[in-house]
Amino acid sequence: MIEESVRRGEKPAQRPVVAGFVSADEPVGPRAARPPSGLFDAVERGLPFETTVHDELRSCRAEVEIESFDLWYGAKQALFGITMSIPNGAVTALIGPSGCGKSTLLRSVNRMNDLILSVRCGGEMRLSGDSIYSKDTDVIELRKRIGMVFQKPNPFPMSIFENVVYPLRVDGVRDRHTLDEVCEKSLRGAGLWEEVKDRLKESGLSLSGGQQQRLCIARAIAGDPEMLLLDEPCSALDPIATGRIEDLIGELKGRYTILIVTHNMQQASRTSDYTAFMYLGRLVEFGPTGNIFLNPRLRETEDYVTGRFG
Amino acid sequence: MTPLFAHGETMVWLTGGALALCLLMIVGLVVLVIGFGGGTFWPAPVVRVETLDGSVCMGEVTRDEGYRPERSLLEGVPADALDRTWAAIREGGGEAKRRLVRTGNFDLEGTHFRWIADYAVKDETRPEWALVIERLSWGRFYGEPKAFLVDGKPVAEAPADVWRAFEERHAEVRDRYEERRRLEREEIGDINRKIEEARLELRRTEIRRGKDSPEWKRQQAETERSAAELNAAFRAVRERIDALNRENARYELALVTAKGAEKTIPLAEVVRAYPSNRLGFGEKLGVYVARWGEYIWDEPREANSEGGVFPAIFGTVAMTLIMAVFVVPFGVLAALYLREYARAGPIVSVVRIAINNLAGVPSIVFGVFGLGFFCYIIGGGIDGLFYGERLPNPTFGTGGLLWASLTLALLTLPVVIVATEEALAAVPRSMREGSFACGASKWQTIRRIVLPRAMPGIMTGTILAIARGAGEVAPLMLVGAVKLAPELPVDGHFPFVHAERSFMHLGFHIYDLGFQSQNSEAAKPMVYTTTLLLIGIILVLNFVAVAVRTRLRRRLEGVLPQARTHA
Repeated sequence: MIEESVRRGEKPAQRPVVAGFVSADEPVGPRAARPPSGLFDAVERGLPFETTVHDELRSCRAEVEIESFDLWYGAKQALFGITMSIPNGAVTALIGPSGCGKSTLLRSVNRMNDLILSVRCGGEMRLSGDSIYSKDTDVIELRKRIGMVFQKPNPFPMSIFENVVYPLRVDGVRDRHTLDEVCEKSLRGAGLWEEVKDRLKESGLSLSGGQQQRLCIARAIAGDPEMLLLDEPCSALDPIATGRIEDLIGELKGRYTILIVTHNMQQASRTSDYTAFMYLGRLVEFGPTGNIFLNPRLRETEDYVTGRFG
Repeated sequence: MTPLFAHGETMVWLTGGALALCLLMIVGLVVLVIGFGGGTFWPAPVVRVETLDGSVCMGEVTRDEGYRPERSLLEGVPADALDRTWAAIREGGGEAKRRLVRTGNFDLEGTHFRWIADYAVKDETRPEWALVIERLSWGRFYGEPKAFLVDGKPVAEAPADVWRAFEERHAEVRDRYEERRRLEREEIGDINRKIEEARLELRRTEIRRGKDSPEWKRQQAETERSAAELNAAFRAVRERIDALNRENARYELALVTAKGAEKTIPLAEVVRAYPSNRLGFGEKLGVYVARWGEYIWDEPREANSEGGVFPAIFGTVAMTLIMAVFVVPFGVLAALYLREYARAGPIVSVVRIAINNLAGVPSIVFGVFGLGFFCYIIGGGIDGLFYGERLPNPTFGTGGLLWASLTLALLTLPVVIVATEEALAAVPRSMREGSFACGASKWQTIRRIVLPRAMPGIMTGTILAIARGAGEVAPLMLVGAVKLAPELPVDGHFPFVHAERSFMHLGFHIYDLGFQSQNSEAAKPMVYTTTLLLIGIILVLNFVAVAVRTRLRRRLEGVLPQARTHA
């Protein structure tokens, strides 16, 4: 509580300084046209506000449509009226400070939040037009349409081969030929085939961290999903492994719609086509990555992506 | 200077000291058991002692101790020995020494052991040809060979000749004896069983159709006819047994005790004999190993104080395994529901507390419950439904291997549930999420991810349950463990496994030997050997379980067996 009030107390004091700095040194140019909108204040006070969506997004075909989506953990609301369309076949990055609800939103897409008993949600979400949250949605079928990769690599305690074909195994596929084929295709897709093709029988846990994460990606694409959810997939990896995963995201783009949560601004700007900036459970600004990073409409977004805040 | 406690040194000492104390107690117990249990079967020299009061005895020294002699005890000691005695007692700080000699020859003297004070010894020798004879009845015999008799006539008189004749003949006599036992057990057992079956068949008809009904009469005639056949068969077997007995009765060993009494022992009565004082180390080792072999593979004799404990080993292992077969699936399923399916709330908490409390219920209470519920209610119900013709003799309606195993399964259930729950809780959330995200259902996730991952922990619970169950005695006294079981629960007769039979158990055997035996001095070393054996068996069972667990754990840690062979 004390921290909260201190932060609230600091912000009005900081903002005029920043504003003064901008207006003094850069009297002309696009930045001068963006005064602080007072949006954070409004959000903190709980006042209604409008998400800023760039025009480029209006023409895109949406893979996932989210409409006024709310989510509560028990009595605490975590997502407030999120409305966004995640474009088909592109990489969309979710950025924002810790605790802003990026991961919660990502996990809402394949209903992983169902595993937490206290979660309630409202609003609507559709995957290619099919409702995600309606009563007669089969969660298992839904999850089979969406692959997911987690923050920490989580290969199962079984062989590399079995790890990859796990989505097929749970479907009851037993045909050896099919399994072999899918295993190779998925491992190639995840750029891991050359490294592990001779030791498919070894435990998935015997791989290095970066290899484990690519194994998880192979597992996520083995079930031939429409969409991939990546929840900070590189946060537990070293820079080289991170680079490989980022390259891989580039290769997977187009084949799958990708939604990625990241804390790393460079990663978001390198890998994604579209970026959504979230703050305290609200979607603040959503637009093409280039615009968000170089020419955001909102002063708050600019402050965040340039590291002046957050 | 920094205070001592700031360094934490004191805690190192405290924790290290606690560990050292635990180790000391455990090692002390193990050393004690191994020391006493391991030495029991080593052949001791036979001493012949002549005491000051003129009596003579011969036997093995089993132990010695110091004691404070009463003044009145020393009155009978001759004057010249008295000074020597007092000097010895003074030297020993007022204590005199005495030895317990196993003198055997119970049939002649009415005692197995005799205390001999050191000061009362007039003369002590180790007669070269003193024989230790283990007999089928009356316990051990100590004596010197006098003659080897065939058909009542001596064929050898010198000790060496007698011994040679004995060694020549003993094996074949024992073979005949074993053959006789086999005939009695198998052939006569078969005949008795057929007679019993015919009787039960008749009784069944009587219950179903009523006495004097035509079916009953036909059955009765049938029974009588088969009884006549069986009686003839019985007589034939009996004759073969008699022939074997007659042949065996021809050979006898005549011995003379230290007191000069003569005794003739039929060779068939002799289980093992050896001239203890003539044996070299190798021969002693032979006797030692042979005794262990007999101990592990034979049935008990002489109110369990002699012979082997094979039925008890078998009963213990069978009971423990059956218990594990019941308790592990039940415990794991219950824990799965509690941890994976049940919605956390007050009811689940109460259930969990109840399970933990169940672990603290005295084991005898489980025994009483097992007797009342399993034996009387369920067993009695089974008897009434399926074994009506045998009543009033109970079949399942009394203590038995199955009921004992179930009782112990109930007793060890909390251990398995708690250990399994902890193992399930330790499965990382990320594993489950990964599985769910692949579109796996809850059960698929449990079966393919959670259970394999929790298996080492479940094995730990199983190990604890086995260790606790195998060593438990109190409840068994009520639900089926007996002092002497006539038959093993597994044999060659349909349905081969007779889980309703009462059984012997090593833990109960220890209690019986140590506290219920008439010949407690002779039984005492057997208590140690039985303890050693029980600890050994639990060790083996645990070792197997630990090996399985290590294998599973290694696989989880990412080193599959194949991977190791590659590397």
